[in-house]
Amino acid sequence: MTIRATIIGQIKNVAGQQGKTLAPLHDELPLLESGLDSLCIAIIVAVLDDKLGLDPFSSAAEAPFPVTLGDFISLYEAASV
Amino acid sequence: MRQLLSNQRSLWDLVAAAGLPARRFIADANGKMELAQLDGGTTLDIDLEACRDRAVVIFVGQQRAAAVAAVELDGVARRIVLCPPDLSPEYLPFVIAKSEAQILLTDRADPVSVNDGTLSVSRCGLPVARTGLAPVREARSEWLLFTSGTTGQPKMLVHNLASLTGPLDDGPHVMRDAVWSTFYDIHRYGGLQILLRALVGGGSMILSESSETVAAFLQRAGDDGVTHISGTPSHWRRALMSNAAHRITPSYIRLSGEIVDQTILDALRQAYPSSEIGHAYASTEAGVAFDVRDGRAGFPARLIGDPHAKAEMRIQDGSLWIRSSRVAWGYADSNSALTGEDGFIDTGDMVVLRGDRYYFVGRREGIINVGGRKVHPEEVEAIINQHSGVQMSLVKARPSPITGAIVVADIVLKAGQSFDAIQHEILDYCRASLPAHKIPALLREVSSLDVSVSGKINRNA
Repeated sequence: MTIRATIIGQIKNVAGQQGKTLAPLHDELPLLESGLDSLCIAIIVAVLDDKLGLDPFSSAAEAPFPVTLGDFISLYEAASV
Repeated sequence: MRQLLSNQRSLWDLVAAAGLPARRFIADANGKMELAQLDGGTTLDIDLEACRDRAVVIFVGQQRAAAVAAVELDGVARRIVLCPPDLSPEYLPFVIAKSEAQILLTDRADPVSVNDGTLSVSRCGLPVARTGLAPVREARSEWLLFTSGTTGQPKMLVHNLASLTGPLDDGPHVMRDAVWSTFYDIHRYGGLQILLRALVGGGSMILSESSETVAAFLQRAGDDGVTHISGTPSHWRRALMSNAAHRITPSYIRLSGEIVDQTILDALRQAYPSSEIGHAYASTEAGVAFDVRDGRAGFPARLIGDPHAKAEMRIQDGSLWIRSSRVAWGYADSNSALTGEDGFIDTGDMVVLRGDRYYFVGRREGIINVGGRKVHPEEVEAIINQHSGVQMSLVKARPSPITGAIVVADIVLKAGQSFDAIQHEILDYCRASLPAHKIPALLREVSSLDVSVSGKINRNA
């Protein structure tokens, strides 16, 4: 499964568990307008750390603050190479 | 109870003494009001004189309504009980009984199911009505605030205007017409501190609204000309991840309520190059202890043991102890001592010394701080352990770059149980009785947990 597919899958999973309604997902969607709150994003980041072995938030020299879903996915794709 | 200090004036007297030019306002998502309107005006649906020497419970979601009601009541009411908006109504009778309240100000339709007729229920937050009156405000009102780490039955702490405004006199050099804002809710100590800074310091206040997106809030704060703004590191991470961080250009940014790391300080420095950035340490029990503005995480070791500091600090058994006039007067609902014999209060926040600075490393008793909201592991374990397939569980923090920490659980199952089969049931148990931030984000099956000779789970294993 690609990183993108894993991330999208986890976003849907966590939103379902947390009872959040997701906006239609596309790369330009601002993350904080997706229906996910900070807690959801924190959980997604933890799950992706376990599933992908990637935590671009903690490993980067400078803390990333992705604004859109596309930014978020790019962070993980960049961290995997 | 300690002796009351100076003959301090009421909150409204302090607001008025700072001046009431038309530019001073208090705003939330529902609108804006000039503070001068309160001079000879009221937002209460009850005659202020009916509140004189009474205990008044404010149970109102809208922050501006609650803030203005408290301003009107200080110096008139005997007690002002500021309920957090997420207080479960089932505890309201307890709060009313403990505070001996005779008046309830609320915006809820049916807040108390049982009212024996001694409680007068009224509203606040109405459009300002002219009274032309200048009520006498000479009472030393007690302010009852709720601690943020409450499990089950709420715990109330007694402050008064002197202990609440104690931290303000050495605050940042605030220009007189500062426009303050905070991501916090002013029903709790952290937010109330900011409101008081605005009110007493001659400034204005922009309040947040729980239903508002962070982008909408920042846009509104920017439009209203915010100059000073505070929040937790989690609030600020959210702000930086919104597409609206640039909507504000504050001269002062303040962080508190969670451990402040270098990463968030550096990120804010980059996003707001012309702002002064500071972080403060405060708790509902101990008040504000210090305010650090050198751009570095932790605090200088020289602050410890300085007997001339407004808040004295010492390190004992690895945790930070504080003594100051800003410490709460005591618990409203128990006789348990808040401070030791010598007046120091143990914050339970553990620190380590690295070089010339102390750094916070977490809570002694394992309380988990999820984006500024506290979680007692035992409370979550108790729910998990209700499942018949669970033998024991350990709830702990997992560090999170987004919320500081999230809650995770290690679970030992009884023989013959399948983790895959019951993990959803365990989460359903949690969802049925816990708010979202307390529900374990991740469950893990473990074969055993380390139990000490005294029979307690070893939380540091």
